Amino acid sequence: MKALLPILTVLSVIVALWYAAAVWMNAQWERDQAARAGTEVTFAQLLPLTMSQDRPVLPAPHQVAVGLWDGLAGQAITSKRSLVYHAWVTLSATLLGFAIGTTAGILLAVGIVHNRAMDLSVMPWAIASQTIPILAIAPMIIVVLNSVGVSGLLPKAVISAYLSFFPVVVGMVKGLRSPDAMQLDLLQTYHASRAATFWKLRLPTSMPYLFTSLKVGIAAALVGAIVGELPTGAVAGLGARLLSGSYYGQTVQIWAALFVAAFAAAALVAVIGAVQQVTLRRMGMAR
Amino acid sequence: MIWIIFAFGFWAAAWTLNVRLAASSVVKTPAGRLAVPAIFGITLLVVWEGVVRGLAVPGVILPPPTAIAVRIAAELPTLWVDFVQTFVKGALTGYVIGCGAAVLVAVAIDRSAFLQRGLLPVGNFVAALPIVGIAPILVMWFGFDWHSKAAVVVVMVFFPVLVNTVAGLAASEVMQRDLMATYSASYWQTLFKLRLPAAMPFIFNGLKIATTLALIGAIVAEFFGSPIRGMGFRISTEVGRLGLDMVWAEITVAALAGSAFYGLVALIERGVTFWHPSQRPR
Repeated sequence: MKALLPILTVLSVIVALWYAAAVWMNAQWERDQAARAGTEVTFAQLLPLTMSQDRPVLPAPHQVAVGLWDGLAGQAITSKRSLVYHAWVTLSATLLGFAIGTTAGILLAVGIVHNRAMDLSVMPWAIASQTIPILAIAPMIIVVLNSVGVSGLLPKAVISAYLSFFPVVVGMVKGLRSPDAMQLDLLQTYHASRAATFWKLRLPTSMPYLFTSLKVGIAAALVGAIVGELPTGAVAGLGARLLSGSYYGQTVQIWAALFVAAFAAAALVAVIGAVQQVTLRRMGMAR
Repeated sequence: MIWIIFAFGFWAAAWTLNVRLAASSVVKTPAGRLAVPAIFGITLLVVWEGVVRGLAVPGVILPPPTAIAVRIAAELPTLWVDFVQTFVKGALTGYVIGCGAAVLVAVAIDRSAFLQRGLLPVGNFVAALPIVGIAPILVMWFGFDWHSKAAVVVVMVFFPVLVNTVAGLAASEVMQRDLMATYSASYWQTLFKLRLPAAMPFIFNGLKIATTLALIGAIVAEFFGSPIRGMGFRISTEVGRLGLDMVWAEITVAALAGSAFYGLVALIERGVTFWHPSQRPR
């Protein structure tokens, strides 16, 4: 309760500010309408009008909630107007890409840790590539893969994979290097092979690092999948909902898609957090 | 065929050289540390060129590096206009406003434990969200020009910097704050002489994360509408016209700008937090 009260206060302040902003930003349109009809509107009349526009500049929170409820529960799941359908399209690409990117990232990290030449040549590029706006190549990947006949899930998954790849490489290299010299020396006195050192020492100690980078990676993968849906011309997925909403001025649709994306991101990070807690506790590393 | 054989021959030779270099004592010198990744990078470019030419990959799928270089040289004025529009006007303006606002808000909420307990979980939550999604909304509000891109960047960089700054302001030790209290230092004196300097490693951590986010935000926001210049605009239209060499040219510029921006912030960090253990020469 003590932790909840401040959060709830902040959230209610945000909602209150949102309502105020909605009234302020939507009022102009109502005034224009009234001026065109040759009537005057008082503030008391203005207030409810600003919260029930069809295409408000800023939809009021309850309008977004209605749009969200309508999209999530009001439609058959297979319907093209259902947000569950669109969220699933985006999530499937995210998860596939995340699986590919994470696997590739861990494999490359293992290679980097065990091969000095690879470490020296690849690692600087892996770090430098994190400063590059990788997302910029998303449209190109989509179009190029489309032109060679690959379309649908895979191009988006490639972008997601690419975005989740580098955080995992960098975090995993750090993790696999985290056992200290004492522990490595101990295994050497046992005459442990490199494979045994890897499975019994390096991999277990890298787990906290792995999970931290997985959380970064999956958030990046979701962003990648959403952006990957933009250049194909708004077919399906949360990114497509954003784009078609911005084309047709359907602000409520944009906000609803945005909230679904936010919930999806929070849920994905929470799932990884839960797996992390269980794993670390069973390995005796929970703090 | 000859191109592919050449590419793989070059790759084998370069890799052998790198293995040799890595095993020798040359890598202990700074030049050696630079040479190995440089050789690897050049190898990638040569293999790319060789494979594209050898397999006769059409330019609309993957142009060879030489074609991209030619394009960069030919289109320098366009690239410069796009760079100014997206990076200087959009990303940089938004970065300065967003980071400045985040640091100020962090200092403000630092005085109230209640606000901290309320805002930090919300800030942490928002920092993990796909914030690029607000780009279409902000483009609607602020118009197609760079103002909307700057607004997207402001929102994107705000929360990572806020969270890091608040964490940093808590970084000074009780002993140090006690010392300031025995000097009878005022709140502001403690803030400027002890707590802000102590927070600098954390703040710069946030600022470095924000450099990449700023460029991403500015470019992606242009996918939702922009005037007829800008890196994101050029990428999306040239992709539509299958002018892939121009797309790669823009990506090269974006990569260089991103790295340079990050490097600049890292350089300032080294100057400001020279006292921190992570900055000591190894």
